[in-house]
Amino acid sequence: MEQLTSNVVVQPVDKAKIRGIWRVALILAIVTAIEYAFAFAMDAGMLRTVIFIGLTIVKAWFIVSEFMHLGHEVKGLIYSIILPMMFIIWLIVALVNLEGGAIKEARGVVDVDQPATEHVGGEEH
Amino acid sequence: MATTATVNKRSLWGGGIEPFKASYGKLMMWFFLLSDAFTFSGLLITYAFLRWSAPAYTGDPEAFTFSTEYWPIPEKVYEAFPGLHGVEAPLYFVGLMTFILILSSVTMVLAVEAGQRMDKKGVVKWMLWTVIGGFAFLGCQAWEWSHFIHGTDIATIGDVVKNGIWMDNYEIIGANLSFNQYGPPTFAALFFFITGFHGFHVFSGVFINVIIFFNAANGMYERRGHYEMVEKVGLYWHFVDLVWVFVFTFFYLI
Repeated sequence: MEQLTSNVVVQPVDKAKIRGIWRVALILAIVTAIEYAFAFAMDAGMLRTVIFIGLTIVKAWFIVSEFMHLGHEVKGLIYSIILPMMFIIWLIVALVNLEGGAIKEARGVVDVDQPATEHVGGEEH
Repeated sequence: MATTATVNKRSLWGGGIEPFKASYGKLMMWFFLLSDAFTFSGLLITYAFLRWSAPAYTGDPEAFTFSTEYWPIPEKVYEAFPGLHGVEAPLYFVGLMTFILILSSVTMVLAVEAGQRMDKKGVVKWMLWTVIGGFAFLGCQAWEWSHFIHGTDIATIGDVVKNGIWMDNYEIIGANLSFNQYGPPTFAALFFFITGFHGFHVFSGVFINVIIFFNAANGMYERRGHYEMVEKVGLYWHFVDLVWVFVFTFFYLI
């Protein structure tokens, strides 16, 4: 059963902590803005894809470590979350890059460099 | 019983020292989120795998048109904005959605912070903002889905199977689970499945946030002596934001 407390003391606001939270929010916004800059200024390609994934991991790092407070937990907890996720990187390289490339080749899939021309105007809606 | 003036912290853990100095509930939430992260990783890797092995469009991006023969350029698919029909606004709307979700994550951190100070008013205020942010995001996603399903003004010609009948040179407008005007059939199927699965997480997150909001407003956590429930749902809510960061990269940027 629940304990009842008759008087609760509200602690004063720690200004530095609040500033820290908004600082992380600002970093997330800036990194997203950088992603947009790359999306519009750079042509699609392997390098751009790697940059996008890198910036995404930067954002993920701030969210997990600061917002989810994992950076301030004990080491054992940090590693039991981070280490299993490391295997995902292996999976991405193995399945997407190697296996995906092999299947594309085995199927004889060829890239298209001319836009399709079969289009008709539909009615306005 | 209620005569003591000290805040009595009640813990479910009855075994002495807690593992990882984290409470049972928080620890279990972490491991649930880890397993959920595996699920989303599986889905996003599937997307990347199918995209990698599908025919790519390597021509001039300016001249790009939709075709069922190759994978679309995301900027060309997601370029609509509510109220701006016919105006090209590539990725603007999804940028707004990202902004809303990150902001609601920030208000959630502020709610957790207020809870640690036993500030009931603060918790109620910031939880309410978080709920509003969640509903705003869901509204945006509903609009985006609706636009994606109904399609653009220009049809794409492709061969489809409709109601069990093979149809050559069919005028495809919009998207469903079988075929779509933007690209290969798997493109729309993956879009529906992955953004839908994420949207379902957002929906359940909003639902839980509403419950926590009412509990906090009714003083349940103040009586209990701690606001740990806010921290636990906070973890879940940040995770939803985290997944969106990855969905955003994989679907809209790459």
